[in-house]
Amino acid sequence: MTTAPEPGGPGPEPSTAPAPVEPEGPTRSESFVHQVLSSSWLLTLGAILLAVILGAILVIVTDPDVQAAAVYFFARPGDLFAAAWDAASSAYVALFQGAVYDWTASDPARAIRPLTETLTIATPLILAGLSVGLAFRSGLFNIGGQGQVILGGIVAAWLGFQFQLPAVLHVLLAVLGAALGGALWAGIAGVLKARTGAHEVIVTIMLNNIAGYLVLWIVTTTLFASGTPGVSKAVHDTARLPALLPAPFRLHWGFVLAIVLAVGVWWLMERSTLGFRLRAVGANARAARTAGISVARMTIVAMAIAGALAGLAGASQVLGTEGMLTASVAGSIGFDAITVALLGRSRPLGTVLAGLLFGALSAGGRLMQTRTGTPLDLVLVLQSFIVLFIAAPPLVRTILRLPDPEKKPSRKRPARGDAPAEQAGAVA
Amino acid sequence: MRLELRGITKRFGAFTANDAIDLVVEPGQIHAILGENGAGKSTLMNVLYGLYTPEEGEIVVDGVPRTFAGPGDAMAAGIGMVHQHFMLVPVFTVAENVVLGQEPMARGLIDAGSAATVVRETAESLGFHIDPNALVGDLPVGVQQRVEIVKALSRKAELLILDEPTAVLTPQETDELIEIMRTLAASGTSILFITHKLREIRAVADTITIIRHGRVVGTAEPTTPETELASLMVGRSVSLGVDRAPAQPGEPGLAVRGLVVRDAHGVPVVDDVSFDVARGEIVAVAGVQGNGQTELVEAILGVTTPEHGSIELAGRPIDGLGVRDRLDAGLAFIPEDRSTDGVVGEFSIVENLVLDRVGAAPVSRGGALDVAYLRRNAAERVAEFDVRTTSIDREVGTLSGGNQQKVVLARELSRDLSVLVASQPTRGVDVGSIEFLHRRIVAERDKGAAVLIVSTELDEVLALGDRIAVMCGGRLVGIVPGGVSRDVLGLMMTGMPPEEAARQAAEHHTLLGEADLAAELQAPDGEPAVVQDGAVVQDAAVVQDASHESEEQR
Repeated sequence: MTTAPEPGGPGPEPSTAPAPVEPEGPTRSESFVHQVLSSSWLLTLGAILLAVILGAILVIVTDPDVQAAAVYFFARPGDLFAAAWDAASSAYVALFQGAVYDWTASDPARAIRPLTETLTIATPLILAGLSVGLAFRSGLFNIGGQGQVILGGIVAAWLGFQFQLPAVLHVLLAVLGAALGGALWAGIAGVLKARTGAHEVIVTIMLNNIAGYLVLWIVTTTLFASGTPGVSKAVHDTARLPALLPAPFRLHWGFVLAIVLAVGVWWLMERSTLGFRLRAVGANARAARTAGISVARMTIVAMAIAGALAGLAGASQVLGTEGMLTASVAGSIGFDAITVALLGRSRPLGTVLAGLLFGALSAGGRLMQTRTGTPLDLVLVLQSFIVLFIAAPPLVRTILRLPDPEKKPSRKRPARGDAPAEQAGAVA
Repeated sequence: MRLELRGITKRFGAFTANDAIDLVVEPGQIHAILGENGAGKSTLMNVLYGLYTPEEGEIVVDGVPRTFAGPGDAMAAGIGMVHQHFMLVPVFTVAENVVLGQEPMARGLIDAGSAATVVRETAESLGFHIDPNALVGDLPVGVQQRVEIVKALSRKAELLILDEPTAVLTPQETDELIEIMRTLAASGTSILFITHKLREIRAVADTITIIRHGRVVGTAEPTTPETELASLMVGRSVSLGVDRAPAQPGEPGLAVRGLVVRDAHGVPVVDDVSFDVARGEIVAVAGVQGNGQTELVEAILGVTTPEHGSIELAGRPIDGLGVRDRLDAGLAFIPEDRSTDGVVGEFSIVENLVLDRVGAAPVSRGGALDVAYLRRNAAERVAEFDVRTTSIDREVGTLSGGNQQKVVLARELSRDLSVLVASQPTRGVDVGSIEFLHRRIVAERDKGAAVLIVSTELDEVLALGDRIAVMCGGRLVGIVPGGVSRDVLGLMMTGMPPEEAARQAAEHHTLLGEADLAAELQAPDGEPAVVQDGAVVQDAAVVQDASHESEEQR
């Protein structure tokens, strides 16, 4: 499990990118991927539940009122429990109000605004999550979402402010350009893997750093610079992804694009010839090769499609949410996307749901911080706990007493299946 | 040790793996447990070794009922086990492996000297020698197995469980193992011998218990005819041979000319091999595993690039073509290792049945899979090839090995093919299904396909081959007509030219008196047993040399 690049830690700068990479990683990371993909929905829900409980404990022990009540615990123990309940419940209530529906708001628009914020924040997470998931299922660990988002953002911004085109045409061009930019960036890793065997984890991490510094530099160039440091010229309105709702809502067509692409990725993977081949290579490259499928070509194609999806996440930020390129265009989207894909078991529906959950945590966290004083970091803690539990299914099963799917009567491969694993321990 | 199992029942959920099994092993007895894959043999042995706790029944050792909480208890009771997949640390020496877990200590350090003595003495009592200081990882598989046996005996095992011990052995090593088993039995150690190979059982067992679907369905004597054993094992009458008409060789199907394949170290693993397979005939390639057969078929498929030589498919050179183009040219391929090369374990049966056919009608149109066709195809193939499954949507990885192999064969044989290359086509398949799959392969021949079979099972080579090519050390030793005697093939597999092999085999017949006896003493792959007789011992020396050669090849 240690080989899995910890997808949590959404550090603000790319240099905190997950670094623990072992050269001989593939087999172990493949088994990790397999394990994550085969975990059940029940387990995913269990992981979220446990994370919420642990988060509540953290809120409680750090809450000043609770600490105050703890001092006179033996005099009035009820106070402690009341304070604890109060701290945890108010934090989560604020989280919910900030993420879905705020019934305390003064007008209906404000009440519903949290939900639209959740959807807005979820949009790039879903797109980049689809990217990571598609690569996963094709047998590739695409850690390079961050760099691909940035490249998509750069291309989208340039096409957006540099050209004068009619409305629909312009946004189409900018969106497609962003996809192409991401695809080419990821394609570098794909080609290097296919031609030379260079491991995509290492290459994409390196490409992330390059892209991170590229965008820092590019917003200072005369072509991009706007006058405000770290921010490019604004894209023309003709290139903006139109808003879905009138102001003050930020939700834009990028969300619709993400949902449409989720369906598209489902069709691609489950129903198309190409997806069949990608999955075959991902699940058993040797068998795919024996069946006449070009593993090298599928590697390049998978990385390119994954890069295009991540590039669209960049487009959604630049053309939709922000309206310009900023040095922090990718935020931690590229890394959060890995978590989203893991949580969504790399399936499109799961990725959409996981993206929405992360969007909600992020949107709700802000309100929680202002209303209850609970630090926004609790959201990061929740996200990290979720990943931790997803990565350790036996732990969740033990705590929640869920059944172990592998303890079923396995008549498959009796020699390999049941014997050696247990005997290895026995002999030792 | 006298071991008695009384009414052992082991359930996994609703599935009963062992159903009230009774078994008695007398001291010094070689007791064979015969059953198909999945019959419950391994489960029973794991119960006996303390790895599983039975729901019902008891284990009685020398009249005392025992319960084993783990292998430690079983070992303490004098039960040792040699697993099919060895439990050895490759980077440790033989002595270190043998004493692992109960190291003799001297002044806080492992007493290497006494560890080595244990190894040496135990090995010598069994009539062989092992260097206690050799690294286990450097040893041939057969020797590693002896290390396991020494390890078990050094822990005072009075009953030794051997789980499919011959699956990984060459015929020569199998012979040697049989000798060791006899020595052990003679010294009073009881042996439980798990296998599904009929020939071995008849060679070595004192008594045979047959298990089917988790139940004891009968006991037999080693003199029981093979067909009767097979019928008991499968539950219906089985014919072990394939009835087939003589081949009608036609146009050239597959031609291999001067093929040379080198491994990563530059050693030729296929060394100047040439042969033809005509349409309408089956050429079977015999040989001990690891003598170049794998590389030969990989070169034909196109996943390995040969250094020299050419390959023609129906008269057309295919040297520059990739795998896809070769498959499209009418090549059907059944790989040696189905789980790594033949199927995608996480894919459903539906998907695996079209694994190498996507991209063309009727499987896909306009870049989209024709799901209706896929499902119809799967339903038909599953019925036709009798794949035992609850649903066509089941992941292939959850099927038994035999059923996985049926999926591979169903896929390859349902294509439009002119040449069929099949490596170990029935490995791990139950006896009842082998017959069916062999008939299907012969049917492809009769439809005009050129068929190349590679098999390490002499039974299969003899059942299918119209002509038999023998490989040793990457070279083609010779091609002989089908129906040649096992003795000849066995000697050729050691590298002996066909004429010489025929001459020596003829001497065997006179020396041994009757061919039947020879067949009975043979290991399953046809190697003559070492008999105390001048001429035969001489052959054994040849056999030894060749086995060293083939070890080096690996």
